[in-house]
Amino acid sequence: MSEASEAKLRLAAVNPTPASARDLLRIVIVGHVDHGKSTLVGRMFHDTGSLPDGKYESIKTMCERRGVPFEWAFLMDALQAERDQGITIDTSQIWFKTDYRDYTIIDAPGHKEFLKNMITGAAQSDAALLIIDAAEGVREQSRRHGYLLHLLGIRQVAVAVNKMDLIAYEKDQFDLIEQEYRDYLTSIGVTPTFVIPVSARQGDNIVEPSAQMPWYKGPTVVKALDSFMPTAAPVERPLRFPVQDVYKFDQRRIIAGRIEEGHLRVGDTLMFSPSNKSARVQSIEFWSTVPGKKAPTEASAGESVGITLDEQIFVERGELASHVEHSPIETDVFRARIFWLGHEPLLKGKSYRIKLGTLEAPVTVQSIESIIDTSDLSNTSSHQVERNQVAEVVLRARRMLALDEFSKAPKSGRFVLVDKYDIAGGGIISMDGYADQRDLITSRSTNITRVVHGIDTAARAFRNGHKGGVLWFTGLSGAGKSTLAVALEKKLFEKGYNVYVLDGDNVRHGLNANLSFSPEDRAENIRRVGEVAALFGRAGMIAITSFISPYRSDRDRAREAAENFHEIHVKADVATCEARDPKGLYKKARAGEIKDFTGISAPYEAPDSPELVVDTADTQIDECVERLVNYVETKFKV
Amino acid sequence: MDRLDQLESQSIFIFREAFNRIENIAMLWSLGKDSNVMIWLARKAFFGHVPFPVMHVDTGKKFPEMYDFRDRYAAEWGLNFIREECPPLEMTDETLPPAARSAARKTEGLKLAIKKYGFNALFAGIRRDEEATRAKERVFSPRGLTGQWDFKDQPPEFWDQFKTDFPPGTHIRIHPLLHWTEVDIWLYTLREQIPTIPLYFAKDGKRYRSLGDKDITSPVASTATTIEEIIEELRTTKVSERSGRAMDHESEDAFERLRADGYL
Repeated sequence: MSEASEAKLRLAAVNPTPASARDLLRIVIVGHVDHGKSTLVGRMFHDTGSLPDGKYESIKTMCERRGVPFEWAFLMDALQAERDQGITIDTSQIWFKTDYRDYTIIDAPGHKEFLKNMITGAAQSDAALLIIDAAEGVREQSRRHGYLLHLLGIRQVAVAVNKMDLIAYEKDQFDLIEQEYRDYLTSIGVTPTFVIPVSARQGDNIVEPSAQMPWYKGPTVVKALDSFMPTAAPVERPLRFPVQDVYKFDQRRIIAGRIEEGHLRVGDTLMFSPSNKSARVQSIEFWSTVPGKKAPTEASAGESVGITLDEQIFVERGELASHVEHSPIETDVFRARIFWLGHEPLLKGKSYRIKLGTLEAPVTVQSIESIIDTSDLSNTSSHQVERNQVAEVVLRARRMLALDEFSKAPKSGRFVLVDKYDIAGGGIISMDGYADQRDLITSRSTNITRVVHGIDTAARAFRNGHKGGVLWFTGLSGAGKSTLAVALEKKLFEKGYNVYVLDGDNVRHGLNANLSFSPEDRAENIRRVGEVAALFGRAGMIAITSFISPYRSDRDRAREAAENFHEIHVKADVATCEARDPKGLYKKARAGEIKDFTGISAPYEAPDSPELVVDTADTQIDECVERLVNYVETKFKV
Repeated sequence: MDRLDQLESQSIFIFREAFNRIENIAMLWSLGKDSNVMIWLARKAFFGHVPFPVMHVDTGKKFPEMYDFRDRYAAEWGLNFIREECPPLEMTDETLPPAARSAARKTEGLKLAIKKYGFNALFAGIRRDEEATRAKERVFSPRGLTGQWDFKDQPPEFWDQFKTDFPPGTHIRIHPLLHWTEVDIWLYTLREQIPTIPLYFAKDGKRYRSLGDKDITSPVASTATTIEEIIEELRTTKVSERSGRAMDHESEDAFERLRADGYL
């Protein structure tokens, strides 16, 4: 008999369930400082008989040495500074088991100053137990922690209302706290599974049901924990396989990484985003000393694997592999809800490094939409996000990023921001109002060759008496783009220019009649107009385009398509435009009849460095047209 | 995936992150059960290769069985093996209690080796469940130039995004086994048939649960003579793993002081 099969037999004899690894659930205990997190953990350990020999005695000695009453917190507060100051500084972990399964208990500091440590602890958990002091009620950190748990993606939450002994085990007061906190959690999208009245110090409802609170019919804390489920690997979702590294230790070129969602099989065609290259999985590599172990033919979420491809395409760390039909979003701009942990505040306009899966890239804070007060969920505006604040921001990268919305694929829809050397914040992604740009940058045509023209640009300019090019008007609805475009067209025509206006409403009657007003179609609308304007320009004419074109990425693409491109910001603030409201659109938008209306319910990204700004709020139309004519005469001169 | 598969996958992920992000890295091999599992996991992560040096910082006071084991498997596993000597006791902090002071030789040896080879980072096989200050560790744990651990201000670490950017002069400890428990180590050793030093098995009613220098390590009462019996024993024992390691117990903060100064 081979050594391996002998070993297997031996194993089977000892453990009917091979390797007999018990189920493990990771629970984080969070709450306001001094609401009794550590005491609850200590009590749970004591009452389930989980304390190591001599631990109780050693804690007693530590307390006597400091002249303080017995303190369960010393079980997990391992640092001298924590014991001396009676405060939990950093998160810690401790193991215990019930009849049902094993637990890792993660203690997270309640003090606001150590929020980064609370997040470090909480992010590792499958479920959370929130502690609230019955005598003090719901406090600032009770809410903040609830909010952050939700942001971190933790969906299984139980609440323990502690120190019931201090309020004489009164049902009425418990009910009030339960109602208040349930209302808060519900408002942020969290449904607590249980709200349990307990006294950690006295041991009520921790392991044993309390004789003091016969009115409570729900489970004890330990029973509640046993009802939670370990986070299941998202095996059935679309494949997300971020490339972690590419190895060439021997003749194999192995693409290594962990499958975050979904599964892959040998023979599958994988697409790598954002480079948009694809190839088939040739093999799933493995190393094992067990004789006869065969290479796997499929792998799924949670597994760290290595694959080889049938074609030697250039793939590097940071690419996100998926199947072709369920590819991630590609964009260079997105919305995020972030929590900030940096020593320096997050600033509008400042650049940070984003770590998104295995990808790292510089991003700039384009705007800070609002600061969210986690106590009452109110919004305020600011140019910076302070340490420990939660905010809604828009981030812009200099290149395309492959990502997902957090609500659809959490692992590829979250990121951290690095400020200098430190992880300074984390966030989750939403594409609300922003388009997936994948289709705009994907070329589906093959076997095409450019035809060389027989007439060069200079010859066309000489015949026309002016250069060709694009005047790209951008601005809010009602800023005066169309009025100016038409007036300018007339003036230039009279002066002998070959000029034509491409207007939003007009192209939607023909060229773009098949496009809707979804973010993706709006982006496609602008892409087509950009290409058409570029053709006009190359033909020697001046194309004036009159489109809101609210997104910087879209305008940048139009600029790339054309030669002699001039971005002209037709500027007027929302209030001015709304007062004008020539088409009655603002009124409809305010009434909620038009959704995603630029300036009201969708963003307008003003140009960073346009060639020309025409301010129609302060300047008369004639004067604006005059400036534009002068501009064209200088810039389009042969 | 069962629990061992999950633990393994997480460790592989950590190895690969470190190997990609940090130049000039080495692995510490204490010859014990944990660091043997660590080497095994590295071979899994890199498809049979261990693409960095494996270093034993030698106090010269290990058990003979440990040296035999080291010499055999360094060759058999094809490791790029380095042995570094620890400096004498006189070079350590004389205010430490005796056993802790003896253990501190390893810290000094470590510092000298880091300097000698210019390692930016070291893999170390510590686990959170071994000891309370280790329970507070990060997977990527930055240290000062002389190895100190600033445990009062550790970096945030979440969503498997580790701190991989450092000002010059920072040294990093990477802990691929931080999330494993003692039982996990034995279950995995059994499943993977990883070679084990015989001192872990009971002889005359005693066995070593944790291996260190022979003068400051003592065996615990046990009848476990196979890995299966060790696993059964651990499921019911209430004795802590490091109860046989003298330096942990001399004073309330002896081990914390050792660790703050750079001990593993």
